[in-house]
Amino acid sequence: MILAQQLILGVLVGGLYGLAAAGLSLTFGVLRVLNVAHGELLMLGGYGTFWLFALWQFDPFLSLLGVGPALFVLGLVLYWALFQFVVRAHEETRIKNSLLIGFGLTLVFHSLAIRLWTADERAVTTDYAGAVLKVGIFAVPIVRLASLALAFVVLAALHLFLGKARWGRAIRATAEDWEAAALMGIPVGRVYLLAFALGTALAGVAGGLVSVSYSISPSIGLEWTLKALIVVVLAGLGSLFGSFAGGIVLGLAEATSVVFLGGPYREVVGLVLFLAILLVRPQGLFGSRG
Amino acid sequence: MLEVERLEVSYGALAALHGVSVTVRPGEMVALVGPNGAGKSTLLKAIAGLLAPRAGAIRFEGKPVSAEPPQQIVERGVALVPEGRRLFARMTVRDNLELGAFTKRAQKERRARLERVYNIFPRLFERERQLAGSLSGGEQQMLALGRALMGLPRLLLLDEPSLGLAPRIVESIFSILAELHREGMSLLIVEQNIQAVLTLAERAYILARGAPS
Repeated sequence: MILAQQLILGVLVGGLYGLAAAGLSLTFGVLRVLNVAHGELLMLGGYGTFWLFALWQFDPFLSLLGVGPALFVLGLVLYWALFQFVVRAHEETRIKNSLLIGFGLTLVFHSLAIRLWTADERAVTTDYAGAVLKVGIFAVPIVRLASLALAFVVLAALHLFLGKARWGRAIRATAEDWEAAALMGIPVGRVYLLAFALGTALAGVAGGLVSVSYSISPSIGLEWTLKALIVVVLAGLGSLFGSFAGGIVLGLAEATSVVFLGGPYREVVGLVLFLAILLVRPQGLFGSRG
Repeated sequence: MLEVERLEVSYGALAALHGVSVTVRPGEMVALVGPNGAGKSTLLKAIAGLLAPRAGAIRFEGKPVSAEPPQQIVERGVALVPEGRRLFARMTVRDNLELGAFTKRAQKERRARLERVYNIFPRLFERERQLAGSLSGGEQQMLALGRALMGLPRLLLLDEPSLGLAPRIVESIFSILAELHREGMSLLIVEQNIQAVLTLAERAYILARGAPS
């Protein structure tokens, strides 16, 4: 009974893990660069939503229409100013330098957020925030359910874009073999730019949903980068719905551990899962090798 | 059509080509033969813009291409079918072909061109929805060739199109190349199968250790 209720909450938070992971997976899959500041970008998206609500009472779900594009633009700027200089480097240089840039951004955004919004924990509390859908004896918070649904819709839209659109196909081709993509006349540099900006926008939308359904503070970045990373390893690269499913698996695993081991072990279970997957199935649950 | 003049390319400190000159006249089919490691693939990659030459010049239809990025060279009408085919294995046959027509010039004539490629390679039409990685070797080579044709090239560069294929399939690939040649396509072919390529090509260059011989 408690377990079932926890599992419901696990699925709900899992969708957001999946959305956060999809963005990380996109930039990693296409640029071969691990953006460790992904969680900070998510945090910024959360504060954007929070600001729009606190200052002008914008509905948090509607303000995603502004926060997503704003983070997309931020992604363009970050790629243009920083990441474009490392993506063409050889593997070792690329990995080292992109980590340095990422950690640098982490510090900058963290300090910036403390400056702008103080270190307090914030949440967007709308007048429908407490609404609950009663299903038998179980309670489903409506805002979290809506967030899950929205996360799914965003991923489905992205899936359609990558599958059918001209530039979407170009992104997939570049992820698979950038040299062959260049031979098709695809401007690989612009594909990297687009993929990075899309990844940033996904982080922003995820952050907006986190600020409505849960809470944000300047220090949540690392935690979300870690969750996203666990899900990417869990699901494997290359499948958006794999990320979504992987997120839900992580949410369920955490929920189970809360019931049987207690709250403090919640963060540990993800890391254990992370190590176990790396040992047993390094290509991820839904990923293919190579 | 294509003039390569005293081209030098190196990988780091290692010189791969020193002073290679090759010409392909409009509508001509030229073979490039020579031992492994002689720099044949390097030459094709440099023409396609994947490698930056250290010295020398590459001109296509009278204008230099050596300073341009690969996408610009494709746009101008040069397509490379790379060694090992380099298909997008996790994408469908159709997606691979559509990607071949990525450039602005090719986008406009995408539909007509797709029909044409399916006419040349009916097998690709039958397997339209299959993943490229699931095709047989011969079908993959057909797809690589079809994908290059989608970009409306006037000069086709082929790197070992017969590698690892059964003789019967090699024959059909070469007869398609001969057909393209008859229609006026210019071709520069790197090939180990010297007999097959020399019966078709008008001229041949022999490359030995990065220099013409």
